[in-house]
Amino acid sequence: MSHRELEDMLGKGWRKPPFVSNPKLRWGLIVGFFAYLVAAFMTIEVDWGRVYVGLDRGWAFILAFTSPDFTGRASDIWSGLLESIVMTVAASVVGILISIPIGLGAARNIAPLPIYLVCRGIVAISRALQEIIVAILLVAIFGFGPLAGFLTLSFATIGFLSKLLAEDIEAMDKVQAEAIKASGARWLQWINYGVQPQVMPRLVGLSMYRIDINFRESAILGLVGAGGIGATLNTAFDRYEYDTAAAILILIIGIVMSLEYLSGIIRSKVQ
Amino acid sequence: MLRLQKLTKTYRTGDQALKAIDLEVGKGQVLALIGPSGAGKSTLIRCVNRLVQPTSGAVWLEDTNLTKLGSGALRRARREMGMIFQEYALVERLTVMENVLSGRLGYVGFWRSFLRWYPQSDIDEAFRILDRVGLLHMADKRADELSGGQRQRVGICRALIQDPKLLLVDEPTASLDPKTSRQIMRLITELCHERRLAAIINIHDVALAQMFVPRVVGLRFGEIVYDGLPTGLTPEKLTDIYGEEDWEATIQTVEDEGEEEVEAAE
Amino acid sequence: MPVLEKGSAQTWRRRTTGENLFRWFGWLIGVAIFVACWQQISEATTWFFVWDAPRIAGDIWTRATPPRWGYITQLGRPIWDTLNIATLGTLIAICLAVPVAFMAARNTTPSVLFIRPVALLVIVSSRSINSLIWALLLIAIIGPGVFAGTIAIAIRSIGFCSKLLYEAIEEIDHTQVEAISATGASRWQVMAYGIVPQILPAFAGIAVFRWDINIRESTVLGLVGAGGIGLQLSASLNVLAWPQVSLILLVILAAVMISEWVSAKVRGAII
Repeated sequence: MSHRELEDMLGKGWRKPPFVSNPKLRWGLIVGFFAYLVAAFMTIEVDWGRVYVGLDRGWAFILAFTSPDFTGRASDIWSGLLESIVMTVAASVVGILISIPIGLGAARNIAPLPIYLVCRGIVAISRALQEIIVAILLVAIFGFGPLAGFLTLSFATIGFLSKLLAEDIEAMDKVQAEAIKASGARWLQWINYGVQPQVMPRLVGLSMYRIDINFRESAILGLVGAGGIGATLNTAFDRYEYDTAAAILILIIGIVMSLEYLSGIIRSKVQ
Repeated sequence: MLRLQKLTKTYRTGDQALKAIDLEVGKGQVLALIGPSGAGKSTLIRCVNRLVQPTSGAVWLEDTNLTKLGSGALRRARREMGMIFQEYALVERLTVMENVLSGRLGYVGFWRSFLRWYPQSDIDEAFRILDRVGLLHMADKRADELSGGQRQRVGICRALIQDPKLLLVDEPTASLDPKTSRQIMRLITELCHERRLAAIINIHDVALAQMFVPRVVGLRFGEIVYDGLPTGLTPEKLTDIYGEEDWEATIQTVEDEGEEEVEAAE
Repeated sequence: MPVLEKGSAQTWRRRTTGENLFRWFGWLIGVAIFVACWQQISEATTWFFVWDAPRIAGDIWTRATPPRWGYITQLGRPIWDTLNIATLGTLIAICLAVPVAFMAARNTTPSVLFIRPVALLVIVSSRSINSLIWALLLIAIIGPGVFAGTIAIAIRSIGFCSKLLYEAIEEIDHTQVEAISATGASRWQVMAYGIVPQILPAFAGIAVFRWDINIRESTVLGLVGAGGIGLQLSASLNVLAWPQVSLILLVILAAVMISEWVSAKVRGAII
């Protein structure tokens, strides 16, 4: 039997079975994709003359990185950067503190249904709204300044951290938590002994990551008047002061790098 | 056909895995390499096809010194040596057929292999070998859908389609159950017979080695301490290789099992 | 040493007295930093506006509802532009991210000493700087429009995609690569047969995930003039046309939810 099969197959070509087995669907997807690409390219208007003129400026900007100007607007840069850092720290602390109870509430395996729905709702709203849009609204309500930025970042932290924390709790090892429950622990004791040790390392890691994100976001909130280094950066671009802009960007990159390095150390210590 | 001369490997940590090994394997000869973990079995066969770079010494495959080859010549030399791995080492997300055909990579150009346009002769050969190991109907399954024994068969096909002169086999049965282990060992030795292939088989299961292989080499701390017939593996010799232990039981069961095996086969 | 001898009795403490003091000291410093940050924010805030905030928020709400539904006819083109910015930006980013990732991964980089650090620098620079800042920069160089937005999204995404991809490359199963090299395959064949199949699912997941994020980001790029629906948002905000603002926000919200749904579906299908 199998030998007859072999005889049939010898001499026949062999092709890799396609990823999408239905040929109509497969060709439909391919054609649709290319049709989209063509349509998209047709509708993008590129003023090549303008781009060509801009190349010089682009080159000037790249050159500016070799001679960044930290001193010309030192006081502006310094106060903007300090404000960014202050917003980051305050918003991260508040955001993390609030996101822990919400994260607990948004985990289906430890929270009752009504609380679960409310917490998931909060998470969904916070995640759906882009930081910069929240910042615009908060600036309109609370006026210009770092308070709006602080609130924006706290709000965004809640959505990010609660969701991941809740997912982590839902994926935790049930047996360990049950063992603590079996010893007659109260709810809070149960969370403290059965749940917390399991999710703590990841919570620390995620918090560090979020601090990193918050700092990066704080750099753009200034564009809409919510405080931080963004305003200084915007001014520098507007005045074509590339050397100052380069200095600010280098500072941001440096701080992000050191934050990443720090979070790497902390994460390896916790685990 | 294969000759190792004073083959030495010292790892960067200072561990001497191989201490001036001299070994000769004739054409069509199947050889089992036994020894405790860390004796240098894996290092030895990886030094032959230079997945591990030997520190000094020479490896002669017929008339070429493998240790002296540049990268292009090394690739051509590697085609002559099929390798079978402990954990199968199939590319999990490719189909069985692609895994088998990947044995031909040394013979076809990059674009042909990238577009899966293999010569018809390669495809026919792949079908034949798959049929030989009884996996023809699995050709278009993905490798990670297969059982352990089936995967190892695909690994064997990949080595055979290279049309090698020598098989390097690294713990082929380490992750298989006892029955499948025997089937795989039998398959490997049978195929070596059919195709007149020489083979070096690393194996930690002394009983299996005795059952299927005519020549056994014992390795301890990077040195050859035994080289001879499987029947010559007395308790004293095993103590030389592995250290003090009550070997009578092992040898006894080996002989019993061996007889059963023969009966079952007949 | 957690077991202490007190007189004749042994007591168990989780930490020694020294450790406890150290911990309290750490917490104290943490709280002090937070309070200092809060004070900074509070100094920079006009509290009169904040106390007035509920009234202002109510005022904005009454002006913004109901949304001006008729305005949606003018939003078709901006939505199309937004989609293009995100999709084309992601495609460009992926094309550039693949080589960068291979150069950054320790096991595939051509040179650990020279090329890897350069690739890592590219990744961290691209990641540290928000797409809005990239957009600002590109607008200064090549002028406002969809093209600047697309490039900004692409530049921002390179770092993100390369980072995740090179981590996936570093985690591949090495024996599969070894097996392919043992057949006598060339360097590129080892790449195509040993490495690529292993990272393909991760690659597709990363691409779709980033596309989802890019849809969010491209909705606000228009605030700085880089095309898309953000332009309409910015224009409406400037003339305080709140009913239009609320409609645009609803549209953005819908776009974000649809893209998240699509990306979750596609990732589910791949894995």
